[in-house]
Amino acid sequence: MSKNKYLYKRHNTWWVKLSVPKTLRNKLGYDLRQTTGTSNLDEAILKRDQIVQEFRDVINTEKNLLKNSKPSKDISGRSDVPDSEYMPKTDISDPQYFHKVVDCQWACPAHTNVPEYIRLIAQKKYTDAYMLNWKSNVFPGILGRTCDRPCEPACRRTRTHEEPVAICRLKRVAADNKEDFDTLLPEIPTEKNGKNIALIGGGPASLTVARDLLPLGYEVTVFEKDPKPGGLMRTNIPSFRLPEEVLDEEVYRVIKMGAKFVNNTEIKSMKSLVDDEKFDAVFVGTGAPKGKNLNIPGRDEASENIHIGIDWLTSIAFEHISSIGKKVVVIGGGNTAMDCCRTAIRLGAEDVKVTVRSPFEEMKASDWEKEEAIDEGIPILENTSPKEFVVDDNGKLKGVKFEKVAPQYSDDGKRKLVPTGEEIVIECDDVLLAIGQDNAFDWIERDIGMEFGEWDMPIVDKTTMQSTLPKVFFGGDAAWGPENIIWAVAHGHQAAISIDNYCRGVDLLDRPNPLTNLVSQKMGVHEWAYDNDISQEDRNIVPHADHSEALKSLKVEVELGYDEQLALDEAQRCLNCDMQTVFKEDLCIECDACVDICPTDCINFTDNGTEEFVRGSLRIPAVNLDQSLYVSDKLKTGRVMVKDEDVCVHCGLCAERCPTGAWDIQKFSYTEAQTLNSKDKKKYKEVA
Amino acid sequence: MTYIQKPINHHPNLKKNKLGLTRRDYEGAVSSLCAGCGHDSISAAIIDACFELNIEAYKVAKLSGIGCSSKAPAYFLNDSHGFNSVHGRMPSIATGASCANDDLLYIGVSGDGDSASIGMGQFVHAIRRQVDMTYIVENNGTYGLTKGQFSATNDKDSPNKYGEENPFPPVDLTALAIQLGASYVARSFSGDRDQLVPLIMGAFQHKGFALLDIISPCVTFNNHDASTKSYDHIREHNDALGKVDFVPLGREIIANYEEGETVEVNLHDGSKMSLEKLDNSYDPTDANLALNTVREKNDEGKVATGLLYIDTKAPDLYETLNAIDKPLNTLNEKELCPGSDKLKTINQGLN
Repeated sequence: MSKNKYLYKRHNTWWVKLSVPKTLRNKLGYDLRQTTGTSNLDEAILKRDQIVQEFRDVINTEKNLLKNSKPSKDISGRSDVPDSEYMPKTDISDPQYFHKVVDCQWACPAHTNVPEYIRLIAQKKYTDAYMLNWKSNVFPGILGRTCDRPCEPACRRTRTHEEPVAICRLKRVAADNKEDFDTLLPEIPTEKNGKNIALIGGGPASLTVARDLLPLGYEVTVFEKDPKPGGLMRTNIPSFRLPEEVLDEEVYRVIKMGAKFVNNTEIKSMKSLVDDEKFDAVFVGTGAPKGKNLNIPGRDEASENIHIGIDWLTSIAFEHISSIGKKVVVIGGGNTAMDCCRTAIRLGAEDVKVTVRSPFEEMKASDWEKEEAIDEGIPILENTSPKEFVVDDNGKLKGVKFEKVAPQYSDDGKRKLVPTGEEIVIECDDVLLAIGQDNAFDWIERDIGMEFGEWDMPIVDKTTMQSTLPKVFFGGDAAWGPENIIWAVAHGHQAAISIDNYCRGVDLLDRPNPLTNLVSQKMGVHEWAYDNDISQEDRNIVPHADHSEALKSLKVEVELGYDEQLALDEAQRCLNCDMQTVFKEDLCIECDACVDICPTDCINFTDNGTEEFVRGSLRIPAVNLDQSLYVSDKLKTGRVMVKDEDVCVHCGLCAERCPTGAWDIQKFSYTEAQTLNSKDKKKYKEVA
Repeated sequence: MTYIQKPINHHPNLKKNKLGLTRRDYEGAVSSLCAGCGHDSISAAIIDACFELNIEAYKVAKLSGIGCSSKAPAYFLNDSHGFNSVHGRMPSIATGASCANDDLLYIGVSGDGDSASIGMGQFVHAIRRQVDMTYIVENNGTYGLTKGQFSATNDKDSPNKYGEENPFPPVDLTALAIQLGASYVARSFSGDRDQLVPLIMGAFQHKGFALLDIISPCVTFNNHDASTKSYDHIREHNDALGKVDFVPLGREIIANYEEGETVEVNLHDGSKMSLEKLDNSYDPTDANLALNTVREKNDEGKVATGLLYIDTKAPDLYETLNAIDKPLNTLNEKELCPGSDKLKTINQGLN
């Protein structure tokens, strides 16, 4: 058996030593049996020697070139890796470190403090929970029903258990049960600062800008082409998902804060607004209002019975349409398609089918929206690509001809839909097209100094939301194409900061910092200021209205929301990821008590090295590279504490079993920067 | 003591052993010992060892006496047999149990008070008889349960928490065990898991009496600056006689250390203990050398740890008694009673 210093064995695994340079590590992997793909020792050893030898040759050549190399330290064979490549001590004073640990908050575009409001709901402090949400995302009642929930796939529970906490539906609980909170709303100064802002479009982005600027003394004017404010929240989300009262309450709350609302007014010329001396800045929140058309044979002949999905939904929202044919085909696989098919059923259609080109799993619609549609008896036909609208002799739509396709994936994971040759015709009276939305900026003159980039979209700065025309800002779907409500809100906050800076003559990149706090939760030997017991319950299902009721009318809300008990059970599932494990190396005696008690084997005391080495050398290798490692300074034995944040359940047992208080549980609160956060009112008065 | 139970969910990538069990399946109740107690580390090391050896918990008996250490069996192997005996009497219970059923793996967990004071008489005879068991002494040099008096293993002149110096010399349990003929004697430190786990695995697979004297700091009463059983003191004065590893049957030693020579000792089931020697002169199969080394290191103020002595040829209690392979408690009347015909023959033979 040949000897070499690159490997050592621990328990059942052959580890590659700490000292091994990154390049060799890449070749050897962490576990040699895996790398060599054999459990035959002789083969594995031969292969290993070959790899090591090749590498040595390279190293030796390089070493000869480097005359002034550092003397070998040779502490447990780690001479090959210089200190500079070791993992540095984690800087927990950087607010983004702990922010990233709060997966839901990190994933939320508006960075709403989710664990905190879930705790408030568990304590039945619904109004406080609502206000926390309102400050952060402006539309808690609306988002609690319709949000695209980027927080939920990010939820730690998806890694430690199976299903995420029903964060979105808990938000709705806060909205449903809140009490009067008018006194908690920010004060609107009676003395204005003299700045006027024009907001084009009355959707979530514009309303967020208005909400953020009004308390600072700005005067804002919202221009809306439709009769009522709300944008796509009103026109494209059917009321069986979002009741009008909920929408009106939250939308008009912003208007009532003092925004001037100009309805039925479509802005036809950007130039006129830009040139208008009255407005100090212009915000464009017009969304992506143009539904995509499908130009295949028969489109023109049958146009009477072919509707653009979002326009059709808008007409229903404003009660211009109240019926549809018996047989309906919906083309498209996004959330609009799901809304279209469910609306059609409620208008009296008897046979509704959704057709989508992609495989079912790859549809753009959220899983829960697909489930709802299927639950209402609507079939979704996957791999079905439209070829032709079939028209009878009288020029009336008879059906749609489809071609079946099959997905093929290339090595780099790209998908190609290849026709199988099979064709089907689905008979129908009406077709709803829901195959995407486009922006429409034909009303912006191209000679006013605003630059346009790819796809004829204005160039907008990712941080400041400013266009190349300094006075004009963009947000929501209007900025970079269709997203969702919560992104529009996040854009709105950033645009408001920029507009405020712009109006005060401050550099737009001089942006306010987030508000953060870190407070110990220790109250006694076993007492914590939070509930650290981990619920092993499955996700609670939101009660639904009976189909016999729900499918009859557009106005019957399908989801009934959690009641208090269900909300409490669901809130208990939250793992309190904002309760941070904070480690102080100077107190640690390395007794391993935390290592032994940790239910998910997050905590390690190990030799430092490159990140790759450290990740591989943990008790359970930290393979989820999206999750950080919390690395301490060098301890007395020369080792470091490394905590893999991946599946920590924040139970606090490490701190409870720590004899010296080297571990503490501290609540981290992070409030994303907003204009409302500023306590310095003076500077706005100066502007006035 | 911890109020909430350790959450049952575990890391999704937690390894499974050949029985399909994870490490968590070998756990016991949440410890009620002081936070940071070395005994908890030893419990965790026992759990690691059982996991690695694919031990079925129902084939294990945990035995203990009285003391902090003797509470520890509640904190590992929830599904094993257990017997919590009178103070210091665990060795006798183990002897009896082992005679009745040699098929179980006996893990005796005791402390310095339970073994070196009240139970000394029991302890020495279990060794002398070579009871086939793993005898773990969780040695913290103090009577933690009764507020920190000196125990019989506390070093001379080493003061207690209140500053009073110990006037008496200590009992060295490892030296005593080697002298009495224990066939597997090791010393380790609760804070050195890499050394401890292989030593426990070796002890489990060893046939005969295996003593593990594990220094296990008492965080509450004996972890102060002047203590010779504190985390810091042991870390500073730990003098490992070699890097120990346990090599299960069917696995070859992959790692080779260029610095020293490796000694391998075959255990009776075909597995091996490998010892990478740091000091070329040390040989763990030489009892006299082991005794000398322990004393010499002690004189130097150091604590010799590692596999001190091993004798795989020594007969255990069952072998000495020439007992049958089948556990005695499974023998029924038919097997135990030779019958009247046989009795007659015997009686006739006496005439």
